[in-house]
Amino acid sequence: MDYRVAIPSPLRSYCDGAAAVTVACAARHPTLGDLLDGLDSAYPGIRFRMLDEQGKLRPHIKVFVNADVQRDPGARLPPLADVMIVAALSGG
Amino acid sequence: MARVAAKRPAAKKIEAPKRARLLIATRKGLWTLTTDASRRTWKLAGPAFLGHIVHHAMLDPRDGKTLLAAARTGHLGPTVFRSTDNGKTWKEAATPPAFDAGSGRVVDHTFWLTPGHASQPGVWFAGTSPQGLFRSDDGGVNWKGVAGFNAHPQRKAWCGGDQDGTPDGPKLHSILVDPRDPAHMYISMSSGGTFESTDGGADWHPLNQGVRADFQPNPDLEFGHDPHCVQFAGGNPDRLYMQNHCGLFRLDRPATRWTDIGTGMPKSVGYVGFPMVPHPHDADTAWIFPMDGSNVWPRISPGGKPAAYRTRDGGKTWKRQAEGMPKAQAWWTVKRQAMTIDRFPVAGVYFGTTSGELWGTRDEGRTWKCLAAHLPHIYAVVSV
Repeated sequence: MDYRVAIPSPLRSYCDGAAAVTVACAARHPTLGDLLDGLDSAYPGIRFRMLDEQGKLRPHIKVFVNADVQRDPGARLPPLADVMIVAALSGG
Repeated sequence: MARVAAKRPAAKKIEAPKRARLLIATRKGLWTLTTDASRRTWKLAGPAFLGHIVHHAMLDPRDGKTLLAAARTGHLGPTVFRSTDNGKTWKEAATPPAFDAGSGRVVDHTFWLTPGHASQPGVWFAGTSPQGLFRSDDGGVNWKGVAGFNAHPQRKAWCGGDQDGTPDGPKLHSILVDPRDPAHMYISMSSGGTFESTDGGADWHPLNQGVRADFQPNPDLEFGHDPHCVQFAGGNPDRLYMQNHCGLFRLDRPATRWTDIGTGMPKSVGYVGFPMVPHPHDADTAWIFPMDGSNVWPRISPGGKPAAYRTRDGGKTWKRQAEGMPKAQAWWTVKRQAMTIDRFPVAGVYFGTTSGELWGTRDEGRTWKCLAAHLPHIYAVVSV
């Protein structure tokens, strides 16, 4: 299944500047973690900037699945969902 | 018979480098400042990694062209960038320093980079916040935790929890590899103290006797101290200098008890600071840059009057050096990696402030000059 993933500007250096990419997930019922693994296979290194070594989303990374915030990499992705990654940072 | 006086061996002539180059790691990117052998005019270039927090950058002295930079941004995870062409192009490490999955620990940032021994090309070490030790065997492309430290049964006792430590996170720093023996290493931690390994990092033991820890209920501890910066004396790896949270110390191996060398500092200035910069060619000479450690620990130049202090007798006495610096209302902070020295016979000493100024001397501290201004908050200055 293919998913469209919106990439925030701080991560676009990994995908040749693309603001959105399509990621294929082979799993029958893919999770958000599967999607991020697929993203890392296509764009090596991008996953570790978003998830720490214990598999948790970093504090200033948000992922919207359709319109809902999803912080659990184990959560199932609905078919045809739009995924948007946001790097949220405030202050200097 | 006439006696023949024994001839003293001629002092080894120190070749002057053809140029000096400083790597300036800041909260918003990496700059370089270069000059020729005169060290009179400097050229600023950069930034690389604009917007990245660059905690440290280092040149590999074994090949003279590989540079590593430890970077992260506010929202993205920590990584290491590497260049094999002296900074013209950069590529991210394939596997940056990270704790083992399942350990529950998370690298917040890579704080310190040290090239390995001359006999081990490609080996690098990294210290992280929270305290972790990592090694690369391929020039910084892939990093693995040094299990002898990260999984040591005493590590948690030595370091405390990952929330303990300095305001910007507890750190492993001052990774020193004995130039005579790659298996002999030192590391230091804020907090945790200084530790030694004699088997290439497979095991570690505390080396803190004589170091004060007056922020602890029991100040005579085996570990738990707060060394801010530890360096080899120039030309003598049996001598270590330490700038500590609680003073200035020197250790002459094989002794294991540090000597207090802060008693010669004026009481009005104190002995608190972050960097420790030994002279590259004279084991008795070193520089510090004192910070105000009174009351709530402002950690700025005492009285708003910045000055470096230099010893030429192994720390027995210290001389104030401030000619050229502002005489008042200059509230500088100089971090532990933000002071460095070149290898000229008459050494140049350089430091960067958190207010973005880069200062230097080319006459071992007699006169100082601002070499660059208006930079972001400076984290590290490294002479390469």
